[in-house]
Amino acid sequence: MSVIAYIPNQEGIIKKAGFELASFAAALAEKMGLQAKAVVLGPMADEEMKKLGQYGIAKVMHDANESFGLLDNRATAKALATAAAEASVVVLAHNNEGKGVAPRLALRLQAGYVSAISGLPSSVEPFVVNKVVFTGKAIGHASINTDKKVVTLSFNSFGLHEKAVDATIEAFNSGCSASDFALSVQQTQKVTGKVLLSEAEIVVSGGRGMKSPDNWGAIEELANLLGAATACSRPVSDEGWRPHGEHVGQTGKIIAPNLYFAFGISGAIQHLGGVSGSKVIVAVNKDPEAPIFEAADYGIVGDALKVLPEFIEAVKELKKSH
Amino acid sequence: MKVLILIGNVPDTNTKVKFNADRTAFDTAGVQWIINPWDELALTRALEVKEAQAGAIESITVANVGRVETEATLRKALAIGADKAFRIDADPADAYTVAAQLAPHCKEYDIIFAGVEASDYNGNAVGPMLAELLDIPSIAGVSGFNVENGKAVFTREIDGGSQTVTAPVPVMAIVQKGIAKEPRIPAMRGIMMARTKPLQVIPPQAVDARMKYAGFDLPPAKAACKKFTEEQARELIHALRDEAKAL
Amino acid sequence: MNFEFTEEQLMIQQAARDYAQRELITDVLERDRTGDFPHKHVKALSELGFLGMMVSPEWDGGGMDTVSYVLAMEELSKVDASVSVIMSVNNSLVCYGLEKYGNDFQREKYLKPLARGEKIGAFLLSEPEAGSDATSQRTMAVDMGDYYLVNGTKNWITNGNSASTYLLIVQTDPAKKHKGITALIVEKDSPGITLGPHEDKMGMRSSDTHSVMFNDVKVPKENRIGEEGFGFTFAMKTLEGGRIGIAAQALGLASGALERAIAYAKERKAFGTAIANHQAIAFKLADMAVKVENARNLCLKAAWLKDQGKPYGYASSMAKQYAADIAMEVTTEAVQIHGGYGYVKEYHVERLMREAKLTQIYEGTSEIQKIIISRELLK
Repeated sequence: MSVIAYIPNQEGIIKKAGFELASFAAALAEKMGLQAKAVVLGPMADEEMKKLGQYGIAKVMHDANESFGLLDNRATAKALATAAAEASVVVLAHNNEGKGVAPRLALRLQAGYVSAISGLPSSVEPFVVNKVVFTGKAIGHASINTDKKVVTLSFNSFGLHEKAVDATIEAFNSGCSASDFALSVQQTQKVTGKVLLSEAEIVVSGGRGMKSPDNWGAIEELANLLGAATACSRPVSDEGWRPHGEHVGQTGKIIAPNLYFAFGISGAIQHLGGVSGSKVIVAVNKDPEAPIFEAADYGIVGDALKVLPEFIEAVKELKKSH
Repeated sequence: MKVLILIGNVPDTNTKVKFNADRTAFDTAGVQWIINPWDELALTRALEVKEAQAGAIESITVANVGRVETEATLRKALAIGADKAFRIDADPADAYTVAAQLAPHCKEYDIIFAGVEASDYNGNAVGPMLAELLDIPSIAGVSGFNVENGKAVFTREIDGGSQTVTAPVPVMAIVQKGIAKEPRIPAMRGIMMARTKPLQVIPPQAVDARMKYAGFDLPPAKAACKKFTEEQARELIHALRDEAKAL
Repeated sequence: MNFEFTEEQLMIQQAARDYAQRELITDVLERDRTGDFPHKHVKALSELGFLGMMVSPEWDGGGMDTVSYVLAMEELSKVDASVSVIMSVNNSLVCYGLEKYGNDFQREKYLKPLARGEKIGAFLLSEPEAGSDATSQRTMAVDMGDYYLVNGTKNWITNGNSASTYLLIVQTDPAKKHKGITALIVEKDSPGITLGPHEDKMGMRSSDTHSVMFNDVKVPKENRIGEEGFGFTFAMKTLEGGRIGIAAQALGLASGALERAIAYAKERKAFGTAIANHQAIAFKLADMAVKVENARNLCLKAAWLKDQGKPYGYASSMAKQYAADIAMEVTTEAVQIHGGYGYVKEYHVERLMREAKLTQIYEGTSEIQKIIISRELLK
C-alpha cells in the first residue's frame, strides 16, 4: 500500500508544484504508515526524477510514452489507475490537468474524491481533509468513505519539506497505446519570459484605481524586481486593459502566493475569493473604506500611482544592500 | 452537433455564508440561487456559435441534478436561449452521484460542457466523472470554443501557455473563464419563450455518495491591517522583509 | 394573500439588476456630469425588451405584468433614474396609451416599433401655463377637414428630442373646456415642430427634457386617438398607469440609497467601531427600511390591482405620493449617513437625492396626488 503523487511533467522538468506534491505524499505516507511513491508520465531524464528523493519519494514509476504530452485526461487517468492499483491515496496538483484527471481517476479506482485540499488530513480514519469552500468564505471538513482516496492539492498550501531518501526509478507499462489518445494538438502558444501566475510566490496586481493601461509599466517593473507575476482585477480584464489570463478572483484564477500586492483594487467579495489564500496581502487604495483593507495585512491609504515608484525604489535599495 | 451544458445551481456570489447550528450543513435560508458562473459562460458561448454559424449546432440542452426548487436556474438557461432542459429529481449529494445520475441520459450529445468548478463547494468533478462514465475524452481548462468545417475546435489553458485542440465527438469540455466575455441577460422575449420550452423531469436511480462534508468552519479572523501613509511607503517594504518575512 | 413573486417575476428583477449593476453603473456618474443621452443603454434595454415589456406579444411587446415592471423599474432606478424614466415614459404612458386606446391601424404603425424599442415615445401634456392643471390646455388643433393644424408649446417633455413618436394633448374645442381636449399621435419630424434647448436639470440629467413648439403642424386625422373630446380622459387614465412607473422609480431611488447607506455604515468606522453599531445610525437605517418597504408594498399593490383589471388610480396615487416623498427623505438620510463622502459625487447618494426631488414633481406633484386621494376619500 502506498501514497502516490502524480508529478506534473513540464517538458522534462519538475517545478515547485511537483516537489510540493512529493513533500505532501511523503508526509501523508508517514502519517498513514505507508510508502510514498511518485508517477511521472512522458519523457524525463532519470536525474530529474531522482530529485524527488530529496522530498521523501522512495520510488518513481515512469512511463516515457511521449503521447502523455497531449494531456489527454482519459489516457492519463487510465495510466494512473494502472500505477495506483495498490495505492491508498493518490494526490494530484490542483492545476488544469489535475482537475481534469483526478475525478476520472477516482471513478476508475472507485475512490472518493476531494479537490483543492489545503494540507494533511485532520484524521486518517475516517479520512477527513480540509478544503476551502464557498470561494474562501468557509472551510469544509470533507470526509471520504471509500477505501481508496483521490485528492488534488492547492498550490503553495503545503510547501516544500525536505526529507532526503534515495529514489529508485522504475519503468512501468501504463497500458496506454496510441488508440487511447484521442486529442490532437493543432497549435501551442507559450508564454515566455514571464513568471506564471499559477506558480508565482509573489503576485503584483492592479485594479481600476490604476486609472489607465498606460500605467502598468510600474506594476511590471515592481514584478520584475521581485520575480513576481502580474495580475489584475475583473474590471481591468473586462475593459481589455490586461489579458483575461491575468484576472484573479472568483471567476478568474484563484491564487495563493506568499505575497500579494493589490494596487487600486477595492476588493469586491468576488476578488477576495480568488486571493484570500495569500499568506500576506498588501493593499494600496485611495478609499480608506475599501474592503480590500479588511483582507490586507499591510495597507496604504493613498494613490497607487504615487506609492508604486516608492516601492520600486525601496526594493532596489534592499537588493543593493544584499 | 448536439450540445449539452451541465447547469449548477449555486448561491449568488454575494451570499453571506452561514451554516446550521452544529455546522454540518450550509444554511440555505434567504439564499439567492444563480447559474454557476462558468456554466453560464459555456451556455453563452454555445449560443454565440449557434447564432453565428447556421447548422453548426443543432440544439442546446441544459441539465442538472436537483430538486424542484432548482428549476428556476434551468428556466433561466432556457430564457437565455437553450432549446430544452432536463432535471434529474435527486439531491446532488456529491459529484459522483450527480455524474452517475446524469450518465444514462447523456449519450446522445456530441459536446458536453461543464464548468471548471462550482462556486459553492468548489468541486470540479462532475464533468470529468461523467466523461469517464461515458468513456469519452475530456479537455480541461477550455477557454475557447468554435466549430470549424463541422469540427469542434477548443482552446485550452495549460501551464505556461495555451493550445488549440481538436477531438473526435463525443467529447467533454471543462470550461473556464475566457470562453465568453460576459453571461447574457435574458430578454423578455426569451423569458416568454421559456414558458413553452420542454423541461423534462427524470426520476433518479439509486446511487451512493462517496464523500460528504463532516462539518464546516468559518475562516479564522484576520488580524487588523497595518496602515502606513504614502510617505511611509518604503517602511512598508522593510516591514515585509523584516516582520512578515515575505520578501 | 400571497407575497411570493413568480419565477418569471424574479427572473425579470434579476435581469434588470444585472443590467444596472453591470452596465448602467459604469457611466452613470459621467452622464450625470455631461447630460449626454444614454443611447447605448436605451438600445441595449430595447433589445432586452424592457422598453415595451408590458405590451402584448401581439403588438411585439414582452407581455409581462405590471408587478414585473415595478420590480424592473426599482432595480434600474437604484442605479440610474435617467434611464429608468425613459423606460417609464415609453412603457406606461406611450405604449400603454396606444395599446389601450389606439386603433389597430395606430397600433400597427406606431405601437409596434415602440414596443420593440426601435423608436421611443414621449407624452406631451404640460404647458408653460398648465402644469398640474391639465384642464386648461392652450395648444390648439384646428379641424382642417382631413387633418388638424396644431399650434402651441409643450413643456418639460421627457424624451423630447430622442422620441420619434409624440402623444400630444391638444384643445380642439375651447368652449367645451376639458371636454374639448383631444389626443393626437404626432411624428416628431413633422414640419413645423421645433425644440427648445436641453433643460439643464438638477437631476436625471441624462434624460433629455425639452420644450416642444408647434407652428402650423399638420396632423392627419387618422392619428387621433378616440373621438374628439376624449383627450382629457385619455390623459388621466394613462397617467394613472404612469404613476406606477414613477412610484417604482422613487422606490428604486430610496432602496438604492438605503443599500448604499447600509454598506457604508458597516464599513465606515468612528469611535472605534463601524458607525452602523451606533444607535443613531442604526435607527436611521431602520426608519429608512420601514419607509422603503411601505413604498414597495404600495407600488406592488397598485401594480397588482392593474394586473387584475381592477381600478387602481387611487392606489397608484398613494404609491406615487408616498414613494416620492419617502425617496426624498431616505436619500437625504443616506447622504447624512455618508457624511462628507455623501456630499461628493463619487458616492452616488447626493445624485440619488437630487433625482428623488423630481419624483415629487413630475407626472403629478405630491400635492396633486393628495388631491386625487382625498377626493376619492370624500366622495
